[in-house]
Parts: sequence; structure tokens; C-alpha cells
Amino acid sequence: MPWHQILTLPFLIAILTAGIRLAVPVLLAVLGEIITQLSGVMNLGLEGVMLMGALAGFATTVTLETANLDPTLAAWVGLAAGAGAGMVMGLLMAVLAITCRTDQVVAGITLVLLGQSLSTYFYRAFPALTQARVSGISSWPIPGLADLPFVGRVLFNHNPVVYLSGLLVILCGWLLYRSNWGLLMRATGEHPAAVESSGMDVTRIRYLCTLVGSGLAGLGGAVLTVVQLNLFIEGITAGRGWIAIALVYFSRWHPSLALAGALLFGVADALQFRLQALGSEDIPYEFFLMLPYGLTLIVLASCRLRDKTPTALGIPYVKGDR
Amino acid sequence: MTADPSPLAPTSLSPRLKALAPALGVLIALFLSSIVIALSGVNPLEAYQTFMAGAFGGSRQITETLLKATPILIIALGLTIAFQARVWNIGAEGQYHIGALLAGTVALVQPDLPAPIMMLAMVLAGLGGGLLWSLIAGLLQLKRGVNLIIGTLMLNYIGILLVQYVARVPLRDPNGFLPETARFAATAQLPRLFGTRLHIGVLLALLLVPLTYLLLWRTPLGFRLRAVGNGPTVARSVGIWPHRHRLIALLISGSLAGLAGMIEISYTYLRLRPNISDGYGFTGILVALLGQLSPIGTLIAAVLFSALVVGAQALNVTLQVPVAVAGVLQALLVLGVLAGNAIAKR
Repeated sequence: MPWHQILTLPFLIAILTAGIRLAVPVLLAVLGEIITQLSGVMNLGLEGVMLMGALAGFATTVTLETANLDPTLAAWVGLAAGAGAGMVMGLLMAVLAITCRTDQVVAGITLVLLGQSLSTYFYRAFPALTQARVSGISSWPIPGLADLPFVGRVLFNHNPVVYLSGLLVILCGWLLYRSNWGLLMRATGEHPAAVESSGMDVTRIRYLCTLVGSGLAGLGGAVLTVVQLNLFIEGITAGRGWIAIALVYFSRWHPSLALAGALLFGVADALQFRLQALGSEDIPYEFFLMLPYGLTLIVLASCRLRDKTPTALGIPYVKGDR
Repeated sequence: MTADPSPLAPTSLSPRLKALAPALGVLIALFLSSIVIALSGVNPLEAYQTFMAGAFGGSRQITETLLKATPILIIALGLTIAFQARVWNIGAEGQYHIGALLAGTVALVQPDLPAPIMMLAMVLAGLGGGLLWSLIAGLLQLKRGVNLIIGTLMLNYIGILLVQYVARVPLRDPNGFLPETARFAATAQLPRLFGTRLHIGVLLALLLVPLTYLLLWRTPLGFRLRAVGNGPTVARSVGIWPHRHRLIALLISGSLAGLAGMIEISYTYLRLRPNISDGYGFTGILVALLGQLSPIGTLIAAVLFSALVVGAQALNVTLQVPVAVAGVLQALLVLGVLAGNAIAKR
């Protein structure tokens, strides 16, 4: 390891800044999956959902930019389109898992295959997407704070999507664990029969949570292509959907720990990019990429999660069944 | 091990409806995929014709289809056994990679072994690699209560990345430009059958179809595995230990996935490198389910899935339809069958 090249302040600042940026798509997907899982639905299809969001977001932005719309506005509309595409995939998952009561593992894996192949298919079928680049959203340094030494560069010199994602963590934490809404959602994942007998519609709550969750994952995919990489290539999410599922268990369904996990992934990802760029052959950067999976396994093995796991996770609800 | 809460496909169907459901699903899938194909400006009927000709139109095409079906079939047969015992092994992709990794390491570290011993050693390494990787997930569940779905899922990418690392650093070909190992010796290549491009692994995969049937329905072990799948309480009441049998089912499916990895690197790739799988581990899950967890059904589904891939390549050459159409058709097919099952259940 070339430690003398790593342990310098500029390198550290660059790694942490990039790490925060890279954490955002995964963070959005994790938050979405936490919402979905707490209501009792396990959507393993995130990788496919993110890819469809990535493609839809990028294609929309390219189309609007070609039509001479303001690039920043085009990017925001693109992000919305990504979330929309995610919700369409989520609707498919919801119909299969909730209405058809299909096994959720099977439905999820089918969703991955569908998202992977459909996004590649459309990308290849429309050559206009191959060469296209978008301009994305420029960063908004926060006045006053951005000039602070070290902290300013790392925390307060990002594009608005990064700040909004941070706020979303707080919002999700409040919504899930401090509001009546969250109580209802968690009750649906814990004991759906009780929710039904108190006059609420389990099916409707689960549909809503699956749609919102997939929408966030689709948004995560769109952030990756529209705001961060400014291009689309096939399989661009590169396993981030699976990482997100790992981090849901790592976080034990808590948004604050999800943030910690996503940041860990982001920094590890930034580090492996930089180490590869340094060109030294023997740096085992693959092990940085394994980190989220390995840590999740260690966390799962060291503390029993049974009491934390939503009791009805993955089990279809049949009316009148208790 | 505790029972995973996932009830599988249809259980309360009359046999006639059960047979009808996939057919209905296929119709829905054909309809949807026609729309997707038409979107790229190609006549769907013409496309299906090209598909069939590309996958089955001659001995060269049939050979290609069988070669592509082999790893999927082996993985799916193992998963048929696991799923019959309601063991949710989602980690065939990782087990496949570790099987390939160990078999490839044998071929590279001991290149001078005589041919039969080399093959035997590689087969054992492949089986052992898959077994080891599934054993980790099994022990994590037994000893530490880690959900098997999540455990096997996490080990997938760790396995994929381990192959990448070993091919790039410790075993890398010092004379090559790419991050891959040197080519295996001729002794590490699967023998071909009677001068065709088919290899002995194809034969083995086809042989595993009746063997899986015999294991599941004609041996005491198979009876116990299916009994565990039908409900741990019932199984325990007739003196069967669910823990042990779930682990056995997991290890069989893991070993077979490892064997599939060994077969692919000792025929298709002939070296360790990144991207040695076309998502076979995940495809295998869908193939086992599309085959309704019966060995014959799995054979049909595996050939169908590989025919779609081979046919899509022909479609790409003649009508410039992107190859990814194969995956779209596969996914729609599964979705159609899932929906068909749901409709039949009403």
C-alpha cells in the first residue's frame, strides 16, 4: 500500500468528499427498502429497480436537453422520471407480492432480471443514448459554511441532491419511529391482522410502502446517472441494489445507521477508485468492495436480529387470517 | 434452522389447473414480449421465427443451445432439491464462482497432473468449493441465526470479487495484459463427445435429471427432504430432524453450483478471469421455479432459457435486435407463469 500517498490532507479531503457523494444513490435505496420492509414486504429487486430509474432518468434528461430546456431543470425532471420508473417497478412487485401472493424472493429476483435486461435493451435499441452526456446539477456551496477549513470542503460543497438526502434521513427517522404513520406501517409489518381489525387496510398500506420504497430506489439510480456520472452504460449500478439490501440488515431498519452504512460504502468505494487510479497492481481493491457484504454478515452473526426483524416480513397477508 | 416463512408457488391446485397455469403464463409473456420487440421496429412474428431457427435450426444451433443450458441446468437441479426442502439458497452465483475458483486453482498450480487425475481433482475442487461456500451460510444460520436468504445473498458478491482478485493478483498471467490467469493446460479441458463441440459436462447434466428424480422420489433421503419441505413439525413427528436435512439440501445445491462453475471454466473460459458467469446462479433460481420444482420441468425450462439466449444472438445478427431481449423474454416468461399460477389459484 502506498501509505505516503494516502495519508495526506488533500487525499483525505478528496476521499471523504467523494465518499459522501457516492453514498447518496445507495442511501436513497436503503431508506426506500427500510420503508418497504417495515410494512412487511421484502423487495429483493432493488438492483433492477435502480437500473430502470437510472435509464428513465437519463433518457428523460437527454430528451429534454435536446429540446433546449434549461439543463438544470432537465436534470430535476429527469430525477422525477427516475423515481416514477422506480414506482412502476414497485407496482409490479406489489401486484406480485401483495395481490398475487407470489413468493417474494422469486418476485424480487425476477424484477432484477427484468430491470437489468430491459434497461440494457432500451439503451441498445436507442443509439441516441449511447453517446449522450448530460450536464447534471452544479454544486451549491453553502454560504459561510463552505469556507470552513476541512469541514467546509467535505460537508458543505455539494450539489443540492446530497443535502436533500441528508434531510431525508432525518425525515425518515421521524416518520418511521416518531409519527403515527410510522407506527401504523411498523404494525403492518409486525402484526397485519391487528391492523386490519382496527379498521385499516393492510393491502393499501403495503402497496403504498412498496411504491414509495421503489420510488426512492429509482431516484437513487437516476441520481447516479443524471447528477453524478452524467452518462448511462449497461449495468451502471454495479451491484448497488444488492449493497442496499445488505445495508438494510446492517442498519437494523434504522435510518441513522443506514446513513452510517451508506457512508461507509461511499468512502470504501471512493478509496478503491483512487487506489486503482494510483495504478499499483497489488492493491487488493476487491476487498474494499466486499466490505459492505462482509460487515453485514459480521453484524448479523454477532447480534441476534430476530427481535428486530418485522415479524410478518415476506409473508403475504390473507384477509381474516390470524 | 428455523422454517423460512416463504410458502412456495402453488400447493393447493388440482393437477389439471397446475398444468394449465404455465401455458397461460407463456401466452401472457408472448403478448408482452411482442410489444417490447415491436418497440425496436421489428415484426414480432419474424423475430420469433428467427429465434426458433437460431436456437434449434440445425445441429450447430442445437449444440450451442445445449452448451448454454448445461450450467443453468446443473444449478437449477441442485436448487430443485433445496427448494423441495424449502431451503432458500439464493447464493448459487457465489457457490458457482468459488467452485470455479478452486477448480481453476488446481489446474494452474498443478498443471502437470495426468489428464484423468486432473479432471477428477478439478471436479472434486469444484464440488468442494460450492459445498464450502454454502456451508458458511448454513453454519451462520444454524449457529448464529443469520437468515439463509440474506446469508447466501451476501456471499454471492464476496465470491465474485474473490475470483476477480485471485485472477488479477496472485495467479495472474505475468505475460498477459488483461487481469486474468494464463490458459489452462490441455489436460484441464473437458473431453469432447464423439468429435462434436459438446463436452462430457453436457452428458453429466442430462444424467443428473433422472438422478435428481431418483434422489427426491425414490430414496429415503429424498422422502425426508420433501417431508421437511412440507412442514418441519410433521417431519419431526415422524422422527426426521429438519436442521440436519435442511443443511444436507443446502450442501447438495451448493456443491452442484460449484460443479457448474468448474465445467464452465474448463470448457468455455479455460482460465480464471472476471465475468465467468452470465448470472447463471440467479437464472438457475428462476429455471427451477419455472420447472415447477420437477427435474423434467427444470430440464425443459433450462433448454428454453438457453434457447432464448442463443436465439437472441441470431436475432441480433439478422435483425439488429439487442441481445438483451433474451433476458427480457426470460423475465416476462417467469412473470407470466407467476401471474398464471395466481389466476389458477382463485
